[in-house]
Amino acid sequence: MAQLLHVDNVSVSFDGFKAINALSFDIGEGELRAIIGPNGAGKTTFMDIVTGKTRPDSGDVRWGATSISLLKRSESQIAQLGIGRKFQKPTTFEDQTVHDNLMMSLANRRNPLAVLTYRRSAHDEDRILKIATQIQLADSLARRAGALSHGQKQWLEIGMLLAQEPKLLLVDEPAAGMTAPERAVTVSLLKELAKTRSVVVVEHDMEFIRALDCRVTVLHEGTVLAEGSMDFVTGNQQVIDVYLGR
Amino acid sequence: MSDLLQRTVLTRHLISNPSVLVFLGVLALVSIAVTILGEGFGIGVISTSFTKTLGKTLCLCMIAIAMDLVWGFCGILSLGHFAFFALGGYMIGMWMMFARTKMIVIEAARNNALPPSPTEISEAVGTQIFGVVGGAEIPAIWAFADLFWVQLAFVVLVPGLLAFVFGWLAFRSRVNGVYLSILTQAMTLALSLYLLQNDSGLRGNNGLSGLQNIPGFDHISQGTLSIIFFLVSALALAVTYIGAMAVVDSKLGNIVRGIRDDEARVRFLGYNVESYKLFIFVLTAVIAAVAGALYYPQAGIINPTELAPIASIYLAVWVAIGGRGRIYGAVIGAAFVSLLSSYFTGGQAPDIPLGFATIIWTDWWLVLLGLSFVVVTIYAPQGLGGLIDRFTVRGKE
Amino acid sequence: MSPGSPKFYGLNTVHKFIVAVLTSLCLLVLTPAIATASLQDLVQTNAKLITKSSSKTVGPVLDALQQYGGAEAERFLTDWQAKKLYFIKESGRFVLAEKAAKSADGKKQMLIRDAVTGAEIGLVSTKSIKQIKPNSGVRSKIAATLVPFQLGNPDPDIRETTLTTLLRDIQSSHLAPLKAAITNETVPALKVQMEKAYVFGMLAHGTDDAEVEQAIRGLAGDLSLDVRAALTPMLTSTVRVATTLPDDANLAREITPGRTIKRSDGSAARLSEFGGKDAELSVVTAYEMMVAAGLAPAFVTRAMRDEALIAATVDGKVGGYPTSGLDSDTARDAAYQQLVDRGVAPQLISDQARQQAVDNARFFAIYDNPSSLVTDAARDVLNAIQTKVTLYKYIDLLVDALSLASIYFLAAIGLAITFGVMRVINMAHGEFIMMGAYTGYVVQLFVPNYTLSIIIAVPAAFLVTFAAGVVMERLVIRHLYKRPLETLLATFGISIALQQIAKNIFGTQARPLTSPDWLDGAFAVNDVLAISNIRIAIFFLALLFLGLLLYVMKRTRFGLETRTVTQNPAMAASMGINPDRINMLTFGFGSGIAGIAGVAIGLYSKVTSELGADYIVQSFMTVVVGGVGNIWGTLAGAVMIGSLQKGIEWFNPSNTLAAQTYMIIFIILFIQFRPRGIIAQKGRAAEA
Repeated sequence: MAQLLHVDNVSVSFDGFKAINALSFDIGEGELRAIIGPNGAGKTTFMDIVTGKTRPDSGDVRWGATSISLLKRSESQIAQLGIGRKFQKPTTFEDQTVHDNLMMSLANRRNPLAVLTYRRSAHDEDRILKIATQIQLADSLARRAGALSHGQKQWLEIGMLLAQEPKLLLVDEPAAGMTAPERAVTVSLLKELAKTRSVVVVEHDMEFIRALDCRVTVLHEGTVLAEGSMDFVTGNQQVIDVYLGR
Repeated sequence: MSDLLQRTVLTRHLISNPSVLVFLGVLALVSIAVTILGEGFGIGVISTSFTKTLGKTLCLCMIAIAMDLVWGFCGILSLGHFAFFALGGYMIGMWMMFARTKMIVIEAARNNALPPSPTEISEAVGTQIFGVVGGAEIPAIWAFADLFWVQLAFVVLVPGLLAFVFGWLAFRSRVNGVYLSILTQAMTLALSLYLLQNDSGLRGNNGLSGLQNIPGFDHISQGTLSIIFFLVSALALAVTYIGAMAVVDSKLGNIVRGIRDDEARVRFLGYNVESYKLFIFVLTAVIAAVAGALYYPQAGIINPTELAPIASIYLAVWVAIGGRGRIYGAVIGAAFVSLLSSYFTGGQAPDIPLGFATIIWTDWWLVLLGLSFVVVTIYAPQGLGGLIDRFTVRGKE
Repeated sequence: MSPGSPKFYGLNTVHKFIVAVLTSLCLLVLTPAIATASLQDLVQTNAKLITKSSSKTVGPVLDALQQYGGAEAERFLTDWQAKKLYFIKESGRFVLAEKAAKSADGKKQMLIRDAVTGAEIGLVSTKSIKQIKPNSGVRSKIAATLVPFQLGNPDPDIRETTLTTLLRDIQSSHLAPLKAAITNETVPALKVQMEKAYVFGMLAHGTDDAEVEQAIRGLAGDLSLDVRAALTPMLTSTVRVATTLPDDANLAREITPGRTIKRSDGSAARLSEFGGKDAELSVVTAYEMMVAAGLAPAFVTRAMRDEALIAATVDGKVGGYPTSGLDSDTARDAAYQQLVDRGVAPQLISDQARQQAVDNARFFAIYDNPSSLVTDAARDVLNAIQTKVTLYKYIDLLVDALSLASIYFLAAIGLAITFGVMRVINMAHGEFIMMGAYTGYVVQLFVPNYTLSIIIAVPAAFLVTFAAGVVMERLVIRHLYKRPLETLLATFGISIALQQIAKNIFGTQARPLTSPDWLDGAFAVNDVLAISNIRIAIFFLALLFLGLLLYVMKRTRFGLETRTVTQNPAMAASMGINPDRINMLTFGFGSGIAGIAGVAIGLYSKVTSELGADYIVQSFMTVVVGGVGNIWGTLAGAVMIGSLQKGIEWFNPSNTLAAQTYMIIFIILFIQFRPRGIIAQKGRAAEA
């Protein structure tokens, strides 16, 4: 499995508090990975660093086959490289329609002039419809995103990520606040996604992660505590002590 | 090709936005009415000075559209757009003042024993224009003041460049929200303080005057000129309106509204938010500058008090009262509040005797405006436009 | 240069000799009896000069009396000056007289005593004596003559007043008695003063260059204004032009027209582009000097050329040139050249030729004082003083910056609380400052005692603006907590309204807020550095506020609750803290502080309805530059903006508008590099 993302000895601290402490791990191409850890383990900060929102104090984050560094790049450049991010809270553009939300996310040129002169094409409309079907929102294309239910918003956001056609998807607590049937749909959605790209899921819910059936990384105090299959990490004494045992 | 483009973009645009047609219709009717009723060509029911007030109001509507684009759609509460407006006025005013003074100087030298030399002309012009600030030399920034087309280009280029540099600096360092507002206000203050100096090269607090006289058109009466300016302003407003609607309706409009609502999300979609903000900021600065270049020839005088920070706040007031995020709201707000304002401050409004005291509107209008603004902000955040939407848009949802 | 002229400087030795001889001759001729005779003889010999005195003629007799010296002469002079002196009409004898009882036959009588000895003579008829009434000119001359006597007076107060008179106009005759008085003087402060007076006397009247030099050098390091005023005239110079520099003259400086400026010590310095000064001598003036000195032919100005052309116009033509074609300098020059060739007009001189001529001549200034010994000394001392003065000017600048920083701190700290702690932007903050200032004004209308009124005004201003803040929070801000931009606009609406209301009530003209006397003075370190008390007071007020706020925010229950609400309102609410109440109180507190700042600012400047608006942008800058949500940050911001503004003004003192412009531009650039201010919040809290 070729390496896609390489996090190398990254540290960052806020006001003396070490949020990430010499963190290193790799994500391979087409891999589905779950990251768990107690509150303050550095899960969200890790995502912030990869997506360019936070600059690490030391270490390096490298990307893709050519292994370019992400540290000097802005959020938008990193997104254009092919890293998509789903936030903890569903963040869609609530004032705009489902269609427009997806249309903005489509992998088209991103500079203002190209966007200003953009005109709808049959190809793009086709893709929007396809994605909408995939996230079960084909009937709601004309509705305002703000009018969707919580679960639908989560899906719309995943749909927006799909439209971006990323190589790596970072998903922050996708199952939060979902009903059981919605969770089942989400699990299959994520598994489906992982067939064509790498997906990293950060989640608290152990059942959800077990359902994903993938490699798990346990973070604790900003560093990797254990890594392996779900059964392996749940059997690890350290993991039980700091996380599961509570 | 261009025909095809027009047909597709413009017609689609017009069909999807009935408000554009309504607006253009109303504007055309008002223009015809003013032309017929004005003194220049028509029966003279509307005085020349009122025609000018109406023409100026159209320019204010234009800058209100700019403000709505940058604030209502992009979420940047700029308190600096009046600076661009005034700069546009200064740029065209430089040509008007210079060219006209030069004509007067040449005319006055007609009977001299020797025909005037270029040095003599420029000295005389320098003394005429800069005598009030104790100078006679023509500052370097007036180098092109004699060339209409260059100054006309400056109307767009100078404010555009200022907006570009300021915006680039501010957006690059991710200055946001109220910080950005304060920073734009500081920019305006800095510019007005700079212009207030006598050695700013723009006549300090005297500003530029006599702008109602168009060089080379002295034979045309003010009444006729006022109608011409009104019509040109109306045309500019129509173009601005259609252009603004096109921007808002495009995918860029989606992105810009996205930035307003959730900047970080747009960024993670891969859009470079800064360049979008910069685009809107510069575009609106240019619209403001063009509006200013049309406004001040009708006002006749421009001086640094015009770009006091409070002017930009009024601009925000108009847009807020009209209703943000709706282009027609901005137009309604600007027209309504500025006309009301000139009614009350012009002394036409009757005083109200209360027995123990008399309410003199010239004194109390600002109090009323300030307080009504508070009320609108709290209780009608959608402004007057929100009321209109209630009747028209509700059916759609 | 007559001996009577009060001040003359640096004559050369020949002159001095002549003057000395003349002076002594005068004395010899007019008062032959000085050395030998008694005082009685002296005054009686000069009786005419005393009884019919005028300021022109009285000189010799006064000199004689001064030379005579002693207590008797002093008493005589004092009586004369006080119009107590009489003379017996018959004998001309000088007497003192006082009223006595009428004689038996009802005639008015006076008791007389001898004016010199004081011995009683007896009663005489009032008609037989006559009072001597010297006019004011004579009296002041007498006063000057009395100086040396009074310098030896045992009463130090009299010595001091005399010295003060002396310093105003010191004459050469005072030098000797002054020197004598210095040796006898016992009070150290007076001695120093006397030495200074002696030096000034030497500067003005000294005849010996070496002595004068010594006197000048003795002044080294004294910063007082009168020292500089005494030294500067020694360095006056006159500008000359010649083909070569003179060898023998006391050269002050060489001047390059258009390139050099004159320094205060008379030497030249290169013209700096940023000094804001013009060259001492322009090329045009320099050439005019050459023309006047006969070193160059007169310059033909453009106006002269054009006049010559007009005068030479015949049938619309000048020579071969039609006048209608003379619409440029080149054409006119060509036409004029014809006149020159015909010999009817002087040659044109081009600007380059003029520059060339000026370059070839030497321009210089010569000290009016021919002695280089004296001028060198004066220059050395003055330069040394100047260096010190510059140093004190820097200190003064520092103090200025500090007091401006204090004002900005006072204006901004209330804002820092409402903006920093509550994340609420209050554009009406400036109007709260204004309200505070007007409260002070109104209090003074009712309480005429300024000290008392200020003491009342401070808490009154706090209460008024606290109330206003609470009302505003309840009615407006509360509805807008989630919409910061709208808060900005709504509070701006309030700001417009409040400003206009103040204008309607108090009018547009400035209202005075008078400070009590004890705040009016200044703390004078020396003649260069004086810090007004009000600035010191504002500085301490700012310090007090800083301490108070740190205490309130860090040590009190209210501060703790405020911080809790800032960090997590929901959690605070669950712990029994009422966030609504805390927000209201915090807002009121911030506004109240603005009110107190208003009183302080009102004392410092005039109270107008625009007072607050003048400070609002700077206040926001202070908060933003310093770092939001931190009292120390506000302090840092205030210090930075205050010193920056003063620093820029220092470079361009004539233009405070430009200083403000550059300062704002600097701040805009500063925010580029430290968007979160000098003292930045870090971590997750900052993201919010």
